[in-house]
Amino acid sequence: MLELKTYRTQVHNDWCPGCGDFGIVNAIQMTLLEMQMEPHRVAVFSGIGCSGKTPHFINAYGFHTLHGRSLPIATGAKLANPELTVIAVGGDGDGLGIGAGHFVNTGRRNLDFTYVLYDNQVYGLTKGQASPTLPKGLKTKSMPSPAIVEGINPIAMALASGYTFVARSYALDVRHLKQTLRQAIEHRGSAFVDVLQTCPTYNDINTKEWYSGDDLPSKQPRLYKMEETGYNGVVSDSTKHDEVTQKKIDAFVRSFEWGEKIPVGVFYKLNTLTFEDQLSTRMPALKETPFVKQDIYNRDITPLFEELT
Amino acid sequence: MIGGPQGSGINSVAENFAKACIRGGLHIFANIEYHSNIKGEHSYYRLRVENQEVHSHVDWVDLLVSLDKETLFGDLHKPKPTHRGHRHEVSPGGGIIYDSSLRLTPESFGRDDIKLFPIPYMDLLIQALKEYGKERELSKYQVMVNTIALGASLGLVDYDFTLASNAIREGFTGRKASLGDLNVSAAKRGYEFAKNTFGDGSFPMKLHTQPLTGRKMMIRGVQAIAIAKLKAGCGFQTYYPITPATDESEYLESHQPDYNLIVVQTEDEIAAITMATGAAHAGLRASTSTSGPGFSLMAEGLGWAGITEAPGPVIILWQRAGPATGLPTRTEQADLRFVLHAAHGEFPRIAIAPGDVEECYRDTFDAFNYADRYQVPVIVLADKFLASSYRSTDLFNGDGMKVDRGDMLQEEDIAKMGDYRRYQFTELGISPRAIPGQKGGIFWTTGDEHDEQGHITEASEVRIKMMRKRFRKIELAGEVIPDEKKATLHGPKNASITLVGWGSTKGAIVDAMQDLRMDGIETNFLQIRYASPFPTSFVDRVLSTAGQKIMVENNYSAQMAGLIREKTGIAMDNKIVKFDGRPFSQNEVYEGVKDILKNRIKEVTVTHA
Repeated sequence: MLELKTYRTQVHNDWCPGCGDFGIVNAIQMTLLEMQMEPHRVAVFSGIGCSGKTPHFINAYGFHTLHGRSLPIATGAKLANPELTVIAVGGDGDGLGIGAGHFVNTGRRNLDFTYVLYDNQVYGLTKGQASPTLPKGLKTKSMPSPAIVEGINPIAMALASGYTFVARSYALDVRHLKQTLRQAIEHRGSAFVDVLQTCPTYNDINTKEWYSGDDLPSKQPRLYKMEETGYNGVVSDSTKHDEVTQKKIDAFVRSFEWGEKIPVGVFYKLNTLTFEDQLSTRMPALKETPFVKQDIYNRDITPLFEELT
Repeated sequence: MIGGPQGSGINSVAENFAKACIRGGLHIFANIEYHSNIKGEHSYYRLRVENQEVHSHVDWVDLLVSLDKETLFGDLHKPKPTHRGHRHEVSPGGGIIYDSSLRLTPESFGRDDIKLFPIPYMDLLIQALKEYGKERELSKYQVMVNTIALGASLGLVDYDFTLASNAIREGFTGRKASLGDLNVSAAKRGYEFAKNTFGDGSFPMKLHTQPLTGRKMMIRGVQAIAIAKLKAGCGFQTYYPITPATDESEYLESHQPDYNLIVVQTEDEIAAITMATGAAHAGLRASTSTSGPGFSLMAEGLGWAGITEAPGPVIILWQRAGPATGLPTRTEQADLRFVLHAAHGEFPRIAIAPGDVEECYRDTFDAFNYADRYQVPVIVLADKFLASSYRSTDLFNGDGMKVDRGDMLQEEDIAKMGDYRRYQFTELGISPRAIPGQKGGIFWTTGDEHDEQGHITEASEVRIKMMRKRFRKIELAGEVIPDEKKATLHGPKNASITLVGWGSTKGAIVDAMQDLRMDGIETNFLQIRYASPFPTSFVDRVLSTAGQKIMVENNYSAQMAGLIREKTGIAMDNKIVKFDGRPFSQNEVYEGVKDILKNRIKEVTVTHA
């Protein structure tokens, strides 16, 4: 029987106490349980940094890769065996700094997988430098001076790149995160989840209290669920170009809301052909079973030599 | 030789001529030189035809076919000239075919020992177009003067026109089939014009068909390697476009529906190697293909494949002249040291350098077996010269080629093992591997040092054991792979001179040995094929009893000579190097050896470009 501990390992967890990463790992494990996924059918990929250690804490096939390179490695494994449920995780520096090129180009392919971004605006493991998502002008406690470059908007970037499921959640709202992750995993196509997350050690600006709105006159939480305000980012008919464009525009506009009100939930969702679907149009054999399970070791190559005579 | 601006169709002329020769029982070697440019710059294609097997080109030209003036006189009129054309390379008694509308005087060639064959390219083309009612589309078909030139050259050497016309027609299939007839008509006009105008006695060099000995094909390195990948069961190929590697991936992509393999054009070479490594870990035979600039980007991925003991990928490195962009369309053998040491830290890798098209085929096939068997990245070191040189040869067979997937577990095996550990310590250093999706096989893998399960560790004793485990595998490969694969001694066992080389210089060396023998100089040739694991004892045995040892390398610093010294302590007596981005010709090897013997010099740099 599958239970929560099925998805846990005995590996000592050395994240700082109170780290937002705990919430994300728990939510991933709870989601897998909820979906009744057998651990050996799941593969988790990470890059480098605090988030990079994630696979070691999850009882599933785990790939702790290079800084910024989790997406191409995950892509290779998924294409080799499309039956695997592939989840890639990584920090904002890993995914949007050193790995930005892969972030963009993986989105273009619309591979059927899920990418979870641990977005805490700092480089934790190297002791608190500004990450690509830190807004301009901010200075966290370990930075010598404020950031003089713009922060990247991960949601807008994902939309522009071609991810077909784009959502945001919060590491400390495990219930919402779990729901969002489940939708992301169930989505056929590239799913991107921007998980806002606290770094209690280095980010003294975007703290738990800040997300709770303690500094605001209203004392209301900054995060609000878009769906509860009537927002619907789901494209109902992927063949309608106008609807696709309009939903994308709506999502773009929402993605720039930041400050006193920060939207979470599904910004955009489009059901369309995946990379694997298109490959199997080219190679019908891929429809039946992944190449990794096929005998492709006895190919007749004599026609290729004949072509050269 | 045929020369012309890029985009003028010299390839189809040379390749159709070559095909016609092969079908007439002759042997060919053909190679192209071109600029990093799409249209306009000077390019030329050398086609050598012999009655016996041939493995290299020479630096003289018996018949020069020029599609433009630059082919004859170079670009001396430009502010920064780069070459002086090819008329100087024509051998005494040789001939030049050129466009009569250039109105060149015989004196302008500056040679009285060659024959000139002006041909009215455009007039003949217009005649052919009229036959098909296309004379008003002249500008569209202008490129077809190349076919007129092809016909004229066939006419001068009095070769069987039908063989050529068949080759031409095969280039136009489906909707374009009618163009085949038009082209044959154009070629025929060139053929007859040359015969009728200049007469049989005008050019003494004739080509005669001879009986075919079995079926022959015309193949170049990119094809040999791509076909080997298909034979080996490669299911995944990644690439980022780069000269001269791209042709290999495009070949594979064009055969996707027939052979079921995934070809992905990635965003860069970092993604190319890491994606292929992901696929390899997931159980599919995977490979990538690049040139030096791309391989530079692959270094970190190579390290990750090394420490995670990935079963591959197989990386084909089509070397070109570096560093950085270097001479992007020219050849070099300067990445040997780089391949052996690429990426930080220490980890084992296998590196093989095939010397000709058949070795490209066999070595690439073996590379996949090694990747699976030893769970290491395997690099095949080829180069631009091998990539683009055609040779006529018998059809390759599959003798002795058997897929070996190494210690790959099935779910039943894992169930019996109980506690599965992906990096289990074993006597031979190889841990049986599960693949993601298998029940019971869950493993972790990381670029950090790790324990047997694949979890991060910084413990000294585990680090020591893991390093030894990984290096044990390359020792094992060295013991298991037979010397015959790793190195070859060509020619007599004993000779006064031993030539030493690796990779694509093989053809020129083998052919030059015949010339040296005619001069009474007996040589043999030690070809090193495996840079890692290095055939240390074999090389030591051969070289410690050899006479004068002469290294031949297509690079500046004679990298293999250094590696041999590192491994065996044996220093070369002399070196012949070439680093102008052009491949060794048969005569350059010959001239280099003669120069060393005559002038008693330590190191010779050759060039003819």
